[in-house]
Amino acid sequence: MTRAVISYGPIPVEQLGHDVDMTAELGGTWLPNPVLTASGCAASGRELDTFFDITKIGALVTKSIMLAPRSGRPTPRMAETPSGMLNSIGLQGPGIDGFIEHDLAWLRERGVRTVVSIAGSNADEYTKLAQKLRNVPEILAIEVNISCPNVENKGLIFARDPASAAAVITNVRRNTPSDIPVIAKLSPDVTDIVEIARACVRAGADGLALINTLLGLVIDTTTMRPQLAGITGGLSGPAIRPVAVRCVWEVHQALPEVPILGMGGIRNGVDALQFILAGASAVSVGTATFNDPAAPARVLSELRHELALRGFERLTDAVGHAHRGADVEPEPGLGAEHHSGPVPRWP
Amino acid sequence: MPVQVRGELLGTRRVGAYHVLTITAPGVPEAARPGHFVALAVGGDNSAMLLRRAFSIHGVTLRGVYGGTVDIAVGVAGPGTQWLANLHRHDPIDVVGPLGRPFALPKQPVSALLVGGGYGAAPLFMLAEELRTRGCRVDVVLGAATEDRLFNVLDAKRMASTLTITTDDGSTGTRGRVTDVLPEIMSRTNTDVVYACGPMPMLAAVTELARSHGAHVQTAVEESMACGIGVCMTCVLPVIGDDGVTRMLRSCVDGPVFRGDRIRWDDLDTIPADCYGAPGSRA
Repeated sequence: MTRAVISYGPIPVEQLGHDVDMTAELGGTWLPNPVLTASGCAASGRELDTFFDITKIGALVTKSIMLAPRSGRPTPRMAETPSGMLNSIGLQGPGIDGFIEHDLAWLRERGVRTVVSIAGSNADEYTKLAQKLRNVPEILAIEVNISCPNVENKGLIFARDPASAAAVITNVRRNTPSDIPVIAKLSPDVTDIVEIARACVRAGADGLALINTLLGLVIDTTTMRPQLAGITGGLSGPAIRPVAVRCVWEVHQALPEVPILGMGGIRNGVDALQFILAGASAVSVGTATFNDPAAPARVLSELRHELALRGFERLTDAVGHAHRGADVEPEPGLGAEHHSGPVPRWP
Repeated sequence: MPVQVRGELLGTRRVGAYHVLTITAPGVPEAARPGHFVALAVGGDNSAMLLRRAFSIHGVTLRGVYGGTVDIAVGVAGPGTQWLANLHRHDPIDVVGPLGRPFALPKQPVSALLVGGGYGAAPLFMLAEELRTRGCRVDVVLGAATEDRLFNVLDAKRMASTLTITTDDGSTGTRGRVTDVLPEIMSRTNTDVVYACGPMPMLAAVTELARSHGAHVQTAVEESMACGIGVCMTCVLPVIGDDGVTRMLRSCVDGPVFRGDRIRWDDLDTIPADCYGAPGSRA
């Protein structure tokens, strides 16, 4: 790969002499590009389709669906935090039957590549959800949300314990057609995320989605009580980005062959690039969509630009690039706001 | 259909304790109806405040030197609204709108009573104009804690058949709440429909009075929102549907205007046990 020595700046991709092949792989499925929505931040696509063409991004990840209709948690459900937010929605949704009949039918009609996210209260519910989806045509992949912090017993019993996580993934994998990837969504609120990741992969997960929200709490100092009715909520947004990149890094280092869908605070193309370089094969844009409803489409074009700037011809060449050994020659410090020249090493 | 546009601040004027911002936002005023709102990003492109702030549309101009504009009323309540209030002429503002479901309008020239609490009164001015072009009688009640918290009394005077003011401290108008004066006005003007916008307890009380008078009631609710466009499920409240079933509906896309008699005011901030999908229910 050749690398042009170029200064950082808004150089249009066309002037760089090459475009970037953005094709991304996610658990055996190929996507035209690596930018997806994040479950819970795009509903079932309809609302966002007003602001950008949702058929043009890598895929739409639907809000985690449960077996029965669900009203969610009481309000207040949200608190703004520095560079982020806490949410405590509690998986409000129509239940799997209504979801298949209305939401999935609309997505199929619209021609949207769709990753269906599922969540259960117990291992058996995940099995039933997978069985309900088994005969639904044109599902790209299934995301198994074993890490929602806003359901009974914090949902974390699955993603916090390797055996519980593996049991759920085994059931879903067994009840899902073999050509449909099963992706396990993991929580960062664990002692060793690699251990959970490994258990999920052994149980048949074709990919991993990293990370779900971190559990947080805000006290309202006027009422002097927790601000959310659910007391705790899931922290998302740019505030959690370094935690997410660390998780992607650790899991990719331990399991380099396992595709990772990276997410957590991605707001622009440079943020997305961090995840790719850390080892994510694709990324999800979540909370940023609340700030900018066209964020997924914008992040995609910005990521393409950032890859071109760095001389990448294919997205796949950049996946995990930050794990490479020492560079023979120091690379130019791209975007070096805080340093210039070779990256300094710790003594 | 809502649009996302990079607008520009044309000017800010003080109205009592509030700031009224005039913003160019091509595509928004053309589609705006009374009761619609806009969601504004605050703090600039790298802001640590991620969530948009929602404001009901106070007024629109369709053409002018700068094209179409929208007016919104901002009450400074935190760093986000402070940022908006401090903007200078020609500063960019990212606008998403018009959003939500507007007020339902009568087909006949009925007698309408508009009730606004604080700067919640903002959307009632466009509504009053629309009602008057339909030949409706329009009476207005504005209430607030203190005189400076009343919104735009001057314009209200101009457009209303009668204007009644209440303040909690009696600094102007009748001392007390808007609900203290409603029964008398409703009987005097034979109110057919009440339109109300303001704090939730006020909307609950206004709904109760309107119902006992036999008037229709339309309320524009204030729920805290994260996205404003229907994806985050933050701004829900229990609303009874045509089928008699209560659902947790999003105030951003299913509202902010609801029939007052359909909202379960006593059950706000709860999940009623008989709500669709409530814990333990098998709806």
